[in-house]
Amino acid sequence: MAADRHGRARIPLALLIPAIAGMAFLVLPLAGLLIRTPWATLPRRLAEPGVLAALGLSLQTATIATLLCMLFGVPLAWLLARTNFPGRRLVRALVTVPLVLPPVVGGVALLLVFGRRGLIGSWLDDTFGITLPFTTAGVVLAEAFVAMPFLVIAVEGALRGADSRYEEAAATLGATRWSTFTRVTLPLVAPGIGAGAVLCWARALGEFGATITFAGNFPGRTQTMPLAVYLALETDLQAAIVLSLVLLTVSVAILAALRDKWITP
Amino acid sequence: MTSSVSTLDARIEVELGSFRLGIDLAVAAGQVVALLGPNGAGKTTALRALAGLRPLSGGHIRLEGQTLDDPGARLFVPPEKRAVGVVFQDYLLFPHLSALDNVAFGPRRHGSTKTQARALASAWLGRMGLADLADRRPRHLSGGQAQRVALARALAVNPALLLLDEPLAALDARTRVDTRAELHQHLHGHPGATLIVTHDPLDAMMLAEHLVVIEDGTIVQQGDAASITAQPRTDYIARLVGLNLYQGTATGTSVTLPGGFNLTTTQPLVGQAFVAFSPSAVSLYQQKPDGSPRNTWQATITGIHRHGDNLRIQLGGPMVTAADVTPAAAAHLHLNPGQHIWAAVKATETRAYPA
Amino acid sequence: MRKGTALKLNRFLATAVAAGTLLAGCATSTPATPPRSGGLGEVTVFAAASLTDAFKQIGKDFEAANPGSEVTFNFAGSSALATQINQGAPADVFASAALANMKTVTDAGNADGSAVTFVKNQLVIVVPKGNPKGIKALADLTKPGLKVALCAEQVPCGAAAKKALAAANFSLTPVTLEQDVKQALAKVKLGEVDAALVYRTDAKGSAADVEGLEFPESSQAINEYPIVVLKASPNKTGAQAFLAYVLSEQGIKVLTGAGFQKP
Repeated sequence: MAADRHGRARIPLALLIPAIAGMAFLVLPLAGLLIRTPWATLPRRLAEPGVLAALGLSLQTATIATLLCMLFGVPLAWLLARTNFPGRRLVRALVTVPLVLPPVVGGVALLLVFGRRGLIGSWLDDTFGITLPFTTAGVVLAEAFVAMPFLVIAVEGALRGADSRYEEAAATLGATRWSTFTRVTLPLVAPGIGAGAVLCWARALGEFGATITFAGNFPGRTQTMPLAVYLALETDLQAAIVLSLVLLTVSVAILAALRDKWITP
Repeated sequence: MTSSVSTLDARIEVELGSFRLGIDLAVAAGQVVALLGPNGAGKTTALRALAGLRPLSGGHIRLEGQTLDDPGARLFVPPEKRAVGVVFQDYLLFPHLSALDNVAFGPRRHGSTKTQARALASAWLGRMGLADLADRRPRHLSGGQAQRVALARALAVNPALLLLDEPLAALDARTRVDTRAELHQHLHGHPGATLIVTHDPLDAMMLAEHLVVIEDGTIVQQGDAASITAQPRTDYIARLVGLNLYQGTATGTSVTLPGGFNLTTTQPLVGQAFVAFSPSAVSLYQQKPDGSPRNTWQATITGIHRHGDNLRIQLGGPMVTAADVTPAAAAHLHLNPGQHIWAAVKATETRAYPA
Repeated sequence: MRKGTALKLNRFLATAVAAGTLLAGCATSTPATPPRSGGLGEVTVFAAASLTDAFKQIGKDFEAANPGSEVTFNFAGSSALATQINQGAPADVFASAALANMKTVTDAGNADGSAVTFVKNQLVIVVPKGNPKGIKALADLTKPGLKVALCAEQVPCGAAAKKALAAANFSLTPVTLEQDVKQALAKVKLGEVDAALVYRTDAKGSAADVEGLEFPESSQAINEYPIVVLKASPNKTGAQAFLAYVLSEQGIKVLTGAGFQKP
């Protein structure tokens, strides 16, 4: 590639033009929100009790969902990347199903399994008296369901990209498979896990369809920001814009902070 | 070769598609053996089998009397349970750990406390002259330093068998000379058995007292450096040690090559025999030289390369030969590729031995 | 693997471009075709989701009665439809499930004439088939341990439920405030809640799975459905004809059959 006197590579127009168009496509709707924001009434609207409750619930559930996804998703990614079992391709395809499934359908599917009459839900209810729908735990479950594929795919990619010979080296030094995983594999793919967790968290934070279907909508318990935005949209566009703006600001701030700290190697 | 009982006693058989590796290896405690061979000969496969990173298809591996792998007996000890240390070709130092923690990794996995492991690692780094680099990450180490950290890491688990895969291949020429000398010292201080895998005859000869040469998955020759260089038995070894080597049928002091050419030697032999001579023993002439007990033949120059202070002339003709001449002689003879020329070797410069 | 991905990406891009072209084509050509000779042409109707089944039937009947006509429906929540119309969506007729959403459209000056209420809808208590919890009246919903779904008060069925509960002077804590009436109904069908307040039409449409229980307090919260021809209508003749057909005896018959009440 050609470089100018300062050693910077010149950017080909064929890349620059679509790149700028792509950026504009992503940024303009955001600008639309900003333009329509009722700045004058903003402080009063933000002070409404429901807003902070929904925001707090969103951040809390998305974070717990992400932790759950890491707990189960990282081992699943390892299984997909490092072992060879019959039907592995099928499992990988199934793992990505929540990506293509409309979230509302995902919510119905969750009800059929974890609902009061669901396969596992009825057992939970009969045995422990636990019901998940309409609870905060239900929100976490719905968010984890739609967000986990993002983590699994990112971590599996990182694992496939990582040199498995480090794991062999660890084995020759006496490390069992488990300590190889915790001491060598995990640190090697930490950036991939970080990236996957951020994607997963962002997806969980914006989750709407599966949440409202599975966990319902009740302020303070299951009403997350996206649900609050949707219902505000029914009556008051400006309120919806304010809520969206709050969600965007907080998530962008958190992602930017995390990115500098954890994602970039 | 020492006479003590072998620490390592292995019959390594691995099938990899159409490739078959089948070699016997025995290494005594304190002995350094080099497994020498061209790329694709099966050296690294053998090393991986010994480390437990690839199971045998047949044969056995026994280390200090314990069977590590024996497909016939359905026995396989995984790598983490073997008293085997490995220095990998590109070292594979864990990038997220400091030099110290890399070396402490093995002792820690073998049950040492963190403090013990670190103390041990620190001592090993000190012995390697790397005490002041303990806190560095591998990416901040030079090639030679990384090689020594890798060696310390492999030795820190006190292995009964130390394996080194092309230990000097990743280093540049200058570092190589220094590191080779240091490596020699450390290897000979290692009480266990040591096996070096390399394609570099110089590394093999300088570091090991016993050489096992393999080609295409089988052992073609083994012995100490002197016997192998004196009497190479394959083209590969002959090229490695810089000799012209031919195989033919001997009748007295004459060896008939497959093409019909007769080489006159001084050693009377009968039957299949090798004849070897150095490229510097070959003289070149514009005209057919006269008299004396010489082998003379007409050849064509197929290539001219620099070789140390001399020029190495590749010759085609009744036999493929390398000849070394001084640049002055080459200029005098106006040597050019494609040129026809006369070559001669005195019978006294040849070595003949039974095949 | 990498090559495969690249190929897939290419195919995806090609599809995306094709889709983009298609969309652009749609955007430039108005969906409403001018009336064909002798026919009423295409009529685009934006109707509240609760009208889905009844309006589909009315559409079929209308097309049969008027050869050369074609009715296209866009069913969605009334507020979403009102937003779409006010943002310039090309529609001929708007049938809303609430006066408030109609008001948004008429206030914005997007209606041609004033809206007419053509049916009413009333709330019922809906319970799973067989009424396992033995619910008889609105008061039963306040029993402890009973899970009840209501609509959020931002949507018409929620506003109606709030009014009805206020009239009865009950305070009821639901487990969820659903985004629309179909979601509330679905929660009953799936057995996740023991009861919900939904429209009579919704209960009737799912009679196989649920039972609808009338309750007197619902008369305090009757939902009126207004309909109007839109100012931007590209086919006013067709639009007027469809509106007239909805208000006709045949139209009302289909609607009452679905559980709606005459105004």
